[in-house]
Amino acid sequence: MPKLQMPSGALMLLVLRVLRSGPLHGYAIAQRIHVLSSEILRVEEGALYPALQKILLKGWVTSEWGLSETNRRVRFYRLTSAGRKQLEAELSSYERIHKAIQAVLRTA
Amino acid sequence: MSELFRRLRYLLNRRRFDRELASEMEAHREMAARDGGKPFGNALRLREEARDAWGWTWIDCLFQDLRYACRVLRKSPGFTFVVILSLTLGIGANTAIFQILNAVRLRNLPVSSPRQLAEVKIVGGNGAVGLHDEYGELTRPIWEEIRRDHPAFSAVFAWSAQLVLVGEGSASQLAKGILVSDDFFHALGVNAWRGRVLNSGDEHACPESAAMVSYPYWQSKMGGREIGARTKLLINGKLKQIVGVTPRSFFGLAVGERFGIALPFCRSTELRRDVFDVSVMGRLRPGWSLPAASAQLSAQSPGIMAATKIKGYSARSIESYGKFRLSAYSASTGVSDLRRAYDSSLWLLFAITGLVLLIACANLANLMLARAGVREREFAVRLALGAARNRLLRQLLVESCLLAAIGAALGLGLAELLSRVLVVSLSTEDNPVALPMGTDWRVLLFAASIAALTCIVFGVAPAIRASGADPVTSMKSGGRGMTASRERFSLQRAMVVIQISVSLVLLVGALLFVRSFHNLMTENLGMRAQSIVLGRIAFQKSNVPPGHIAQFKRELLDDVRAIPGVRNAAITTNVPLLGGTESDGVTVGRVEGSSMFTWVSPSYFQTMGIPLLAGRNFNENDTGTSRRVVVVNQTFAHRFLNGVNPIGRTLRTSPMPNYPSTVCEIVGVIPDTKYNSVRGATPPMAFGPDSQFPSQHPWTAMLIHSDLPPTIVIDSVKDRIGQKHPEILSRYQIFEAKIQDGLVRERLMAMLSGFFGLLAALLAAVGLYGVIGYIITRRRNEIGIRLALGANSGQVIGMVMREAGALLIAGLLIGLALSLAAGRGASSLLFGLKSYDPFTLALAIGLLVAIGALSSLLPAFRASKLDPMAALRCD
Repeated sequence: MPKLQMPSGALMLLVLRVLRSGPLHGYAIAQRIHVLSSEILRVEEGALYPALQKILLKGWVTSEWGLSETNRRVRFYRLTSAGRKQLEAELSSYERIHKAIQAVLRTA
Repeated sequence: MSELFRRLRYLLNRRRFDRELASEMEAHREMAARDGGKPFGNALRLREEARDAWGWTWIDCLFQDLRYACRVLRKSPGFTFVVILSLTLGIGANTAIFQILNAVRLRNLPVSSPRQLAEVKIVGGNGAVGLHDEYGELTRPIWEEIRRDHPAFSAVFAWSAQLVLVGEGSASQLAKGILVSDDFFHALGVNAWRGRVLNSGDEHACPESAAMVSYPYWQSKMGGREIGARTKLLINGKLKQIVGVTPRSFFGLAVGERFGIALPFCRSTELRRDVFDVSVMGRLRPGWSLPAASAQLSAQSPGIMAATKIKGYSARSIESYGKFRLSAYSASTGVSDLRRAYDSSLWLLFAITGLVLLIACANLANLMLARAGVREREFAVRLALGAARNRLLRQLLVESCLLAAIGAALGLGLAELLSRVLVVSLSTEDNPVALPMGTDWRVLLFAASIAALTCIVFGVAPAIRASGADPVTSMKSGGRGMTASRERFSLQRAMVVIQISVSLVLLVGALLFVRSFHNLMTENLGMRAQSIVLGRIAFQKSNVPPGHIAQFKRELLDDVRAIPGVRNAAITTNVPLLGGTESDGVTVGRVEGSSMFTWVSPSYFQTMGIPLLAGRNFNENDTGTSRRVVVVNQTFAHRFLNGVNPIGRTLRTSPMPNYPSTVCEIVGVIPDTKYNSVRGATPPMAFGPDSQFPSQHPWTAMLIHSDLPPTIVIDSVKDRIGQKHPEILSRYQIFEAKIQDGLVRERLMAMLSGFFGLLAALLAAVGLYGVIGYIITRRRNEIGIRLALGANSGQVIGMVMREAGALLIAGLLIGLALSLAAGRGASSLLFGLKSYDPFTLALAIGLLVAIGALSSLLPAFRASKLDPMAALRCD
C-alpha cells in the first residue's frame, strides 16, 4: 500500500473528529485513524505532533496526563467546546465542497 | 483564553512543555515499536518540527547564535577589541554632537505644553531703528498694546535679559537676570520649587521690590537655605524680597544660558519707545494656528505702531517704523543666541563625524571580509554538514550586531563625556554656556539607529558573501588560491576607494577650517591688540552732576595715564572688536547713508596704534562748546566723498533721541580698522572727541596700553582709582584674550575638523594598507613565480604600487568632486579663503597621496623581499 500524504488541514479535521467520541492519547489517535480508514491512512509521528501542537495552540483541545492501556504515562487530548464548534464548521464546509466536487465529477 | 496568551504561557514554561513533548513522543515510539511499526525519522528533528507550531523557535536560534557569537569573539580578542574600539569612538563622537544638537535645537522648553508657545516678532526684524538688546524683539510700549488686546492667545507675557549686580561694593557680583511681566510664570505653567512665583501683585511702580532666584543660584550663592520673609538680596543697589525659587529644570527661555535672578517689570511712567528690549510670547488659544495668529497680528499692526509711534527720529525712520508688521513664530524650543551662532557649525560637525564613522565602518567591513575569507573553511564545513544558508547568514549578522550593540552602549557613555567637554570648550568667561545635556529618548533612538546602520554597513555585505560560498570549491581550494578571483576583491577595492574619497573631503574641510582660523588670528586689525588692558568703569555712586561727567572721565584718564609703566590710555564709548555697535544716519553733501559713531579721548588713536593719514587729531581745544569735529576712516571717505579731500568737509547726522541732528567738520582721516568683529568688513566709521559726546553716562570703557604683565597693570589701575574713588566699580579684561574669546567657534571648528580630518586620513591609510596587504597575501604564489622567473624586486614593487595607485587615483577623483560639492555648505564659516581654495585642495591631495603611498609601500616592499621558494611551498 503506497503511503498517502495528507494535507495538514485534513489531518487536523480527522484528529478533531476521532476526539469527538472521547479523549485519546497521541498514539491512539494515529491508530484510530489508521483503523477507521481501513488501514489506508497512516499518520506519521512527524505529521501528528506538529498538528497536535497547532490544535493545542488554537485552543481546540486541552491535554492532561494519564496512564495508557499499557501503563505508560501519556498525554490525553480532550476536545473543548471551541474545538467542537470548529469541527462542526469544518465538517459542514467539507461536506459542501465534497458535494460540489462530486457534482462536477458526475456530470462533467 | 486567547491564542497569544497560550503562546506566552508556552514561552514561560518552555522547558516543561519540551520535556513533556519529548516524553510523549517517546511513548508513541515505544507503543509503535510494540505494535511492530518501525521507528522512523530523527527524534530530535521531529520534536523540533512539532515545537515549531508555537512560533518561538527563533528565540532559541537567536540565543544559540548569540552564545556562539560571544564564543567566536572571545576567541579573537584582538579583532574584537579593534572593532569595538572603532565603533565606540565613531558612535560616541556622533552621539555627542547629536546630544548637543538635541539640546540646542530639538528639545522643547521645560514648561507645560511648549508646542503652544509662540513668539511675536516684527517680520524681517526691526531694521536699524532704535536700540537693540539681546533677545529684544519689541519695545515695552508695543508689549503693552499686545497685552491689552490679544485675541489669538490665551495668555501673553514678555521678558528681557539683563545683567544684574548683586551685593555691595567690591563684593558685588554680576548675575544673569531676566525681567518678566506679571503673567510670565503662570502662562508658562512653571510653578515655584520653594515659595511662590512672581505674579501680578509684583509688577508695580518702579523700583520693583520682589525677586525670584533660580535653583542653581539658590544652591550655589544662597546655600540652599529655606526662603522666608527675611530672605533678601541687594540687587542693583536695592534690597529685594526673595519670594521663591524656580524649579531645577527651568533655565529661562534662552537655550544655552541660565538665569540667576528673575525680577518683575516695573511700571515706569516714561517707557522709551525706541528701545527694543523685550521678547513677547503667548500661548495660542485652542483652535488657533500660527498662520491664523500671524494674520490677526498683522491686521492689528498698523494700530499698534500708530499708538506707539517713535519720536525724535528722521522722517524716514518714523515711516519705516509705521510699516512694521507683527507675526507669530513657534517658540516651543525657546530662543537662543547659541543656536544662531552654532547652528551651521553643529550640522557640519555632525556631517564630519558621520563621515568618519562611515570610513571606520568601511575599515571594519574590510576586516570582516578578510575574516570571512579566513573562516571560509569553517563555513564550508558547516554548509556541508547541512547548515541552512540563511542560518549561516543570520549567525554572521548576529555577530556584527552584537559588536555594534556593544559599541553603541560604550559610545553612549563616551558621548556623555565628550558632549560635556565640548560644551565647556564653547564657554568663555563672559558667556558661560549652560546646556542641560542628559540622554533622552531622542539620543537613545539616535544611538540605536546609528548602531543598526553601522551593523548593516559593515556586517551585511561580508555576511552575504561568506554565506554564499560554495562548500565544494572552498574546501578544495582551502586558502591555497593560485590567483584569487577578481570579483572577490572588488568589494574591498570599492570600500577603499570610498574611504579615500571621503577622507579627502574631510581633509579638505579640516585644512579649510584650520587655514581660515589662521587667517582670522593673523588678520590685520588695523590697530594694536597686544599689551592692551580693557577696563569698564562705573561711577554711578560718585554722583557726578551730568554737566561734569566729561570732566570726571578726563580726570580718571589722567590718573591712569600717570601710573608708572602705563604707556598710554584712552576712553571710548565703544570698545572695538567685542561686538557692540552704535550707528547713525549721515548726510555728506548729497550722499546719504549711515556710519558707525564712536566718541574717544584724543589719546585713543595713539593708544591703539592707529596712525593719522591726513588732517589732525583731537586736542584740548575741541570742547563741549567748540565746533563739532570728527575723524573718519578711509571707507567713510570713500563712500561719502569719493575722491574728494575729506578734510574741512562737513557731515550732518540724523536725529535720534538724546542725539540731536548735528553738523560736524571732518578734521582727520585714519586707515580702516576692524569695527565690531574680526570677520566683518570695515563699515564707514566716524570718531568724535569725548568732550563732545552728546549723551553722557556715569560709566565708561578705558583702554590701557602697557608693556607690563596685564595682572600687574590691572592691580595698579585698580589701586590708583580705588584710592581716590573707593565707590567706583570696575572690571578689567585682557583685550587680546577677549578678541580670541570671540573666535571660540572658529577655534573649535579648526580643532575638531583638524582632528577628524587626520583621523580620517589615518583610517583610510589603514584601510589601504590592509587591502594591499591582503591582495599580496592572496597573490603570494603568483609573486613567488614571478620572482622565481627572474622578476626583480623593483618590478614587484611597481606591480603592487600600480594597484594601489589606481585605487588612490579613483578615490582622489571622486573625493575632489565631493569636496567641491560639499565645500559650498561650509563657505559661510570660512574667512579669507574660498571653499574651492586651490592651494588647500592641492595640499589635501598631496597629504593623502603621501599617506597612501607610504601605507602601500610597506606591504609592497615586503612582497618584493619574498623568498620565492617559501612562497611557492607555503599553503
